[in-house]
Amino acid sequence: MKHRISALFLGIALALAAGGGAMAQDKTIKIGVLTDNSGLYSDLGGAGSTLAAQMAVEDSGLAAKGWKIDIVSADHQNKPDIGTTIARQWIDVEKVDIFMDVLNSGVALAVNNVVKEKNAVMINTGAATSDLTNAQCSPNTIHWVYDTYMLANSTGQALVKAGGDTWYFLTADYAFGHALERDTTAVVVKSGGKVIGGVKHPLNSSDFSSFLLQAQASKAKIIGMANAGGDTTNTIKQASEFGIVAGGQKLAGLLLFITDVHSLGLKVAQGLNFTETFYWDLNDGTRAFSKRFSERTKNKAMPSMVQAGVYSGLIHYFKTLEAMGGNPHDGAKVVAKMKETPTDDALFGKGTIRADGRKIHPAYLFEVKKPAESKGPWDYYKLIGTTPGDQAFRPLSESACPLVKK
Amino acid sequence: MQALYAQLLVGLINGSFYALLSLGLAVIFGMLNIINFAHGALYMMGAFCAYFLLNLTGIGYWWALIIAPVAVGIFGMILERTMLQWLAGLDHLYGLLLTFGIALIVQGVFQNYFGSSGLPYAIPDYPEIGGFRGLQGGMNLGFMFLPIYRGWVVVFSLVVCLATWFLIEKTRLGAYLRAATENPTLVRAFGINVPRMITLTYGLGVGLAALAGVLSAPINQVRPLMGADLIIVVFAVVVIGGMGSIMGSIITGFALGVIEGLTKYFYPEASNTVVFVLMVLVLLVKPTGLTGRAA
Repeated sequence: MKHRISALFLGIALALAAGGGAMAQDKTIKIGVLTDNSGLYSDLGGAGSTLAAQMAVEDSGLAAKGWKIDIVSADHQNKPDIGTTIARQWIDVEKVDIFMDVLNSGVALAVNNVVKEKNAVMINTGAATSDLTNAQCSPNTIHWVYDTYMLANSTGQALVKAGGDTWYFLTADYAFGHALERDTTAVVVKSGGKVIGGVKHPLNSSDFSSFLLQAQASKAKIIGMANAGGDTTNTIKQASEFGIVAGGQKLAGLLLFITDVHSLGLKVAQGLNFTETFYWDLNDGTRAFSKRFSERTKNKAMPSMVQAGVYSGLIHYFKTLEAMGGNPHDGAKVVAKMKETPTDDALFGKGTIRADGRKIHPAYLFEVKKPAESKGPWDYYKLIGTTPGDQAFRPLSESACPLVKK
Repeated sequence: MQALYAQLLVGLINGSFYALLSLGLAVIFGMLNIINFAHGALYMMGAFCAYFLLNLTGIGYWWALIIAPVAVGIFGMILERTMLQWLAGLDHLYGLLLTFGIALIVQGVFQNYFGSSGLPYAIPDYPEIGGFRGLQGGMNLGFMFLPIYRGWVVVFSLVVCLATWFLIEKTRLGAYLRAATENPTLVRAFGINVPRMITLTYGLGVGLAALAGVLSAPINQVRPLMGADLIIVVFAVVVIGGMGSIMGSIITGFALGVIEGLTKYFYPEASNTVVFVLMVLVLLVKPTGLTGRAA
């Protein structure tokens, strides 16, 4: 009996020692791609985001160095409650280390809290709200691709400068639309323009004619579309039907993705101005990645900036973990290390991550080509302006983020 | 005041889609006793059918108005023959679940191949009559700019709705149909092929949905989920109008379009819910719907 008990103790001690040893050089990573797999945003995130994550894992070469990396993916259906439920289950049961994509601002803000509470990591590439790095910033979250402040700043400023000094907003009635309208209004007013009205429409409306008539009656020079996905494409299509652009008013797409332009067709979309931080045809690096990506998608689609962000974010995450020698499974620690390390990848170029979690890179103002200018499918954009990274995003001096030391 | 006229007209335009779709549902429910949840998916198939006709075979909008409803109608009749007919006489719930399942599968298949953002479909630009190129462009009515295409939608769907009503309520064929619903055995005794009539009726209802799909293709993006977004509202229309009432669903369709349009003007945030608020009110006051007969 005595022998048995001491054997048991020895066993436990050995197990603990082994466990402790394993923790120091734990080389397992679990990636969770939380996105809209079936709804209106599934083309710009969805399965393409999961593919981008797979490509990042393959390109990192970590598997050959003894790392074990798993990817799980789930559909949050654009519902914050579903998003948080999945997030809790992923962290508690499936031991997910890092959340990728998490598009939809409502879901992102909710998941942001869970990730912080449970000390995981989120690299958000899909949501737009600039609150993620402002009042709601978190030591566990990096906002990678774009945000409402940047979009407003780039597109808003350019249009006011070009003479569009009166604005009317068509705003999607949820966190994202509100944030985008708020940030754009600030830029318009700062640049000397005026907002003369606006209307908030429910998410996923199919008919915009009522709202467009109100915008038309306002006589504003610019109709700012603070919405996204199917809402934006339907607005643009119906605006052309109601002769809005022909009547001298200009549409400003505050958030448009290449998948939206593809679905509208150049005939309807031509001449639109908007801002993105990634386009497949920017340079050799983006072209090479996009070609590989497109060959692996079902309908040969080029990557959206959200999907490109998943790849770029993970590459930086892998680099950081490799430098740390293992995965400590401590979100805040990893994110702090990621902020110390400059970023560099083929898709977004060289960049940095600020104390508030904002990833910094240039913003590009594009114009949609005329059908005659396009050489083929997916050849859609003309680059008409670049805002350097240090001017594109909200300056730290204006930040309300508690992580920023002033 | 001018803005109000414009909103009323826009409401009428949306109402014509509600009317066409709820009419199809009402015909199917009234004659077959099936709550056809696949209606939205069939509407979407109509729009996709128009897209395929144009992009694969070069057949334009005007032919699509005829071909798409027939093609999707045939698909509907196959559904009826192979699956729905076995549910005759069972509880409504079975038909509802089956058609809902069919809708999910059809939408899933389309989404798998075509994604969620949709495909472009232009307003027809032929034939050229006078200064007009097909249905493109618009005219200034003084109080608003009316796209010609929208005007066409209202007129055309009104004609189709009234023709359907006439067919079912005023013709001999319609009388057979209604009789077959009341007492199929007796009607069969008169030598009328009731199952075939039921199949054709389902095809007609489905064809109406597909027709609405073709009509909406140039206005909305042709998307796999375009019907899913609409179908719930249309069901509310049918419930308000009275399940199975043909004229009730036509009138309610147009009326609700107008009410929704006004809500978009006065309190846009509520425009997606106003129809359901009305539905609750109507059900509280008159559970059979505005024009429904007591079961």
